Amino acid sequence: MENYGKFDRVCQILEENGKDKAKLIPILQAVQDVYRYLPEEMLAFIASSLNISPARVYGVATFFSHFTLKPKGKHIIKVCDGTACHVKKSTLLIDAIKTKLKLGASEMTTKDMLFTIETVSCLGACGLAPVMVIDNDVHGQVTPEKVSKLIDDIMKQEEK
Amino acid sequence: MEKILTINGKKFSFDNEKNLLEVIRKANIELPTFCYHSELSTYGACRLCMVNVEKRGILPACSTPPENGMVVVTNNEEIREMRKMIVELLLANHDKDCTSCHKSESCQLQTLARRLGIHKIRFKNVMKKEPQDFSTYSLVRDPNKCVLCGDCVRFCEEIQTVGAIDFAHRGSKSAVCPSFGKDLESSECVYCGQCARVCPTGALTPKSEVSHVWNALSNKNKTVVVAIAPAVRAAIGEAFGLNNETGTEAAGKMVTALKTIGFAKVFDISFAADMTIVEEAKEFVDRFSKGEKLPQFTSCCPAWVKFVEQYYPDMIENLSSCRSPQGMFGSLAKKVLPEMYGIKKEDLVVISVMPCTAKKFEARRPELSKDGLPDTDFVLTTQELARMIEESGLSFKDLEQSAFDVPLGFKTGGGVIFGNSGGVTEAVLRNVLAKEDSNEVDEFSFVRGEDGIRETTVSVNGKDLKVAVVYGLGNARKVVRDIKYNHKHYDLIEVMACPGGCIGGAGQPVYNSLDVRSKRTKCLYENDKVLELHKPQDNPYVQKIYKDFLKEPGSHEAHECLHTSHTSRKRLAENPFTIHKGKHEKTLKINVCFGTSCMLRGSQKLLKSILELVEKKNIQDKVEVQASFCFEKCARGPVVRIGSKVITKCTIELAEKAIDTEIKTIA
Repeated sequence: MENYGKFDRVCQILEENGKDKAKLIPILQAVQDVYRYLPEEMLAFIASSLNISPARVYGVATFFSHFTLKPKGKHIIKVCDGTACHVKKSTLLIDAIKTKLKLGASEMTTKDMLFTIETVSCLGACGLAPVMVIDNDVHGQVTPEKVSKLIDDIMKQEEK
Repeated sequence: MEKILTINGKKFSFDNEKNLLEVIRKANIELPTFCYHSELSTYGACRLCMVNVEKRGILPACSTPPENGMVVVTNNEEIREMRKMIVELLLANHDKDCTSCHKSESCQLQTLARRLGIHKIRFKNVMKKEPQDFSTYSLVRDPNKCVLCGDCVRFCEEIQTVGAIDFAHRGSKSAVCPSFGKDLESSECVYCGQCARVCPTGALTPKSEVSHVWNALSNKNKTVVVAIAPAVRAAIGEAFGLNNETGTEAAGKMVTALKTIGFAKVFDISFAADMTIVEEAKEFVDRFSKGEKLPQFTSCCPAWVKFVEQYYPDMIENLSSCRSPQGMFGSLAKKVLPEMYGIKKEDLVVISVMPCTAKKFEARRPELSKDGLPDTDFVLTTQELARMIEESGLSFKDLEQSAFDVPLGFKTGGGVIFGNSGGVTEAVLRNVLAKEDSNEVDEFSFVRGEDGIRETTVSVNGKDLKVAVVYGLGNARKVVRDIKYNHKHYDLIEVMACPGGCIGGAGQPVYNSLDVRSKRTKCLYENDKVLELHKPQDNPYVQKIYKDFLKEPGSHEAHECLHTSHTSRKRLAENPFTIHKGKHEKTLKINVCFGTSCMLRGSQKLLKSILELVEKKNIQDKVEVQASFCFEKCARGPVVRIGSKVITKCTIELAEKAIDTEIKTIA
C-alpha cells in the first residue's frame, strides 16, 4: 500500500492548488518532491485533473531541466561544469565518477538506483572550483581521488 | 477620421486591421511568414515579417498594431539580409529531400528559399534524423521537416481544442510531438488534418494511398469503382491553376479523368448524401416528435464523431446513428453492385475521393466493414486525386466533361451542398419542411453563413425547432458546454470539424487565403442552382434503391445497411494509475473513478476506505487497486468497478459487498 500515501499526497497537492491549470509548474514541483521524478501515468493523471492536454503537461515537464521523467537515484551528485570549473578540469571529475559508478556514456543513474550524476552550469562558488554537490553538501576543490572516497563513504553508509 | 500610414513611400488608409501585417498584405505586398495565420493567435516566432518603422526601427509586422502616420519600409538591404539569414538557418538542419517530399511545390519553405534567392547554405547540418510517424491512417508526421513555427500546435489547441500535439523539450532539442513522445495513433488526435493544412513544410502531411489504388487498378480480377465527394469539385481545379471552374465542369472533367485512368464506374458521393439526408431526417423527425435524444448531432464528420466518442461519451446517443455519406456509399455499393455487375463481392474495390484526412480513419472503423471486408477499401484525398491525374499525364484543363454513372451517381442539389457548413441542415430542412411540389433553391438559405456558430429557429406546425450550425471543434465544445452546463436547448446540431465545412478539409489543395474558402462555398451553392432537383427525397434513384433493397427510410433493412454504432473512447481510459498490485497471479481489479465529478463526490475518501478494508480483510495479495478516469456515469458518482461489476453512487458498504462476492471468482 506504499503507493497510496504518495497518490493521496498528489490528490492533496491538486486540491491545495485549486486544480488551477495556471499552477501547473508548482504542482509538478510538489509532485516531483513526492516521487523524486514525474512518472508518466502521474503526468497523465495531472493533465486529466487540470483539464489540459497531456501533450501540454509533457511539454512543460520536458522544458525545465528541474523536472525529470526518469526515476533518479537516492543520492544526487551535481558536478559543476561552469566556465571556472570547466577550466579546472571538471570533465575529468565527471569521467572519474562515471567510471567509479560503472555508468555508460549516456547513463546518468546507476542500476541499483543509488546514484544519479548531473552536470550543472554554475553553482556560484567559482572560487572553490571544481565544485560539486552531493545531496545537499557542497564540496570544493574536488579531485578524482576525493570524489572516489566520498562515493565509497556513501556506499558504506548504505550497506549498514 | 481616416487613418493613414505610408508603406514604401505610398499612402494607404486602414481601418480595424489587427496588425501591420494585415495592412501591408492589403496593399498587395506579400510579406513572408511561417507562423502567422489570421485564424490563429499571433505567435511572432519566425521573424520573417520584419519591417522598418520610422523612428522605431525593425519590428515584426505581425505583432505591431498599425498606427496613424506610421512610415513603413518592407524591403531594404538590411531586411533582405535578415530574412535570408533566418531562412538559411532554418534550412541548415532541415531534411532537404525536396524532390521526394510530399509537400514539394506547395511548401512555403521551398517557395521562400526560391523567392529570396538562397542557393547555398553556409551552416553545417548537425541534425540527427528522427523516425517518421506513420502510425495513423490519416497523417504522416516527419519531425525532420519541422521548423517549429507552432501553427499546428495552435490550430489543434485554439480552433479544435484537442491539443494532441505540443512543443516539448527546449533549445536545440525542441520538437513538436504528441504527449510523452508517443506516436499520433495513441494521442487524442481526431485526424481532422488541419495541422497538415497549416503546416508550411512537409512535417505534417496527409497519408497517401495512391499506390494501393494503382495496384487495385492494375489487378485484372478486380472491378474498381470510385465515388467523388461533393466538396472535391469545388477545389480540384485549384491543383491545376484553375480557380474559377464551376462544380459541374470540375465534376465532369474528373469523371473523364477517372474513366481514362481505368476506373470501371465513377459515382457521386452526393448520391449517398441524398440518402443520408433521407435517413437522418427520418431519424430526426422520430426523435423530435417523441422529444427524445435531443439535440440530434449530425454524424457525417468523422473527426467530430471521434471527438464526441473521446470527450463526451455520455452524449454518444445524441449522435445520429446514420453513417456518413462515405459509409453509406461503401455499404450500398458492396450490397448492390456485385449482383448488378455479376461479380464476386471480394472482387469489387470501392474507392472514395474525399476532401478529408479523417475519412481514411473512418473507412477503417470496424463498424464499417462486413464479413471481414471494409465497405470502403481506399480513400483518396483531393490532393491525391490531382496527383494521380498528373501521374497519368492528363491535362486537366483540356479534358472534356462526362456524366456520372447511374444509379449511384445521380444526385440532387441537397446532396451537393453537403460539402458546405450548413449544407446538411439546409438539406434536412428541404426534406422535412419543403412542400411536396416546391423545387425552390433558396427557401432555407438562411442557415448559410461564414460564422463558426450559427443559430436559427424554424417553426414546424406551431412547434419551435431550434437549429445550430457549427464548424470547428472548439466551437462545438462551446455549444456542448452550453447544453450540459447552461441547459441551453437545441433540436438539431450540425457539426463539421473543419472551418467552412468539408470544402475547407485538409485533403483539399493547400490554401492560405480565407477567400479561397468563400470561393469554394459559393461554387457548391452555384452547383446546386444548376441541378434539376434540390430535395434529396426527389432523387429517383434514391427512391428506387429503397424500393428494390431497403423498403423505406428507417426500416430494419435501411438500419442494417445505412446506420452504424459509436463507441466510447474516453481518453486515458486505458491508462489508469495503479495504487496497489497484489502478488497473486490472478487478482481482483478494483477501479475507483477519479474523474472530476467523482472526486467531488468523495472518491478520494472512498479509495482510502477501500484500501483499509482490503487490509482488514487481509486480501492485499489478491487485489489490484487502481485510480481510473471516468466510467461515463458522472451524474451517478462516485463510480467504482470491482471485477466485472460497476457500482454507481458507491459507498464503502456497497463496495464491501461487491468485494466479498467478486473475490470468490478469482479464488
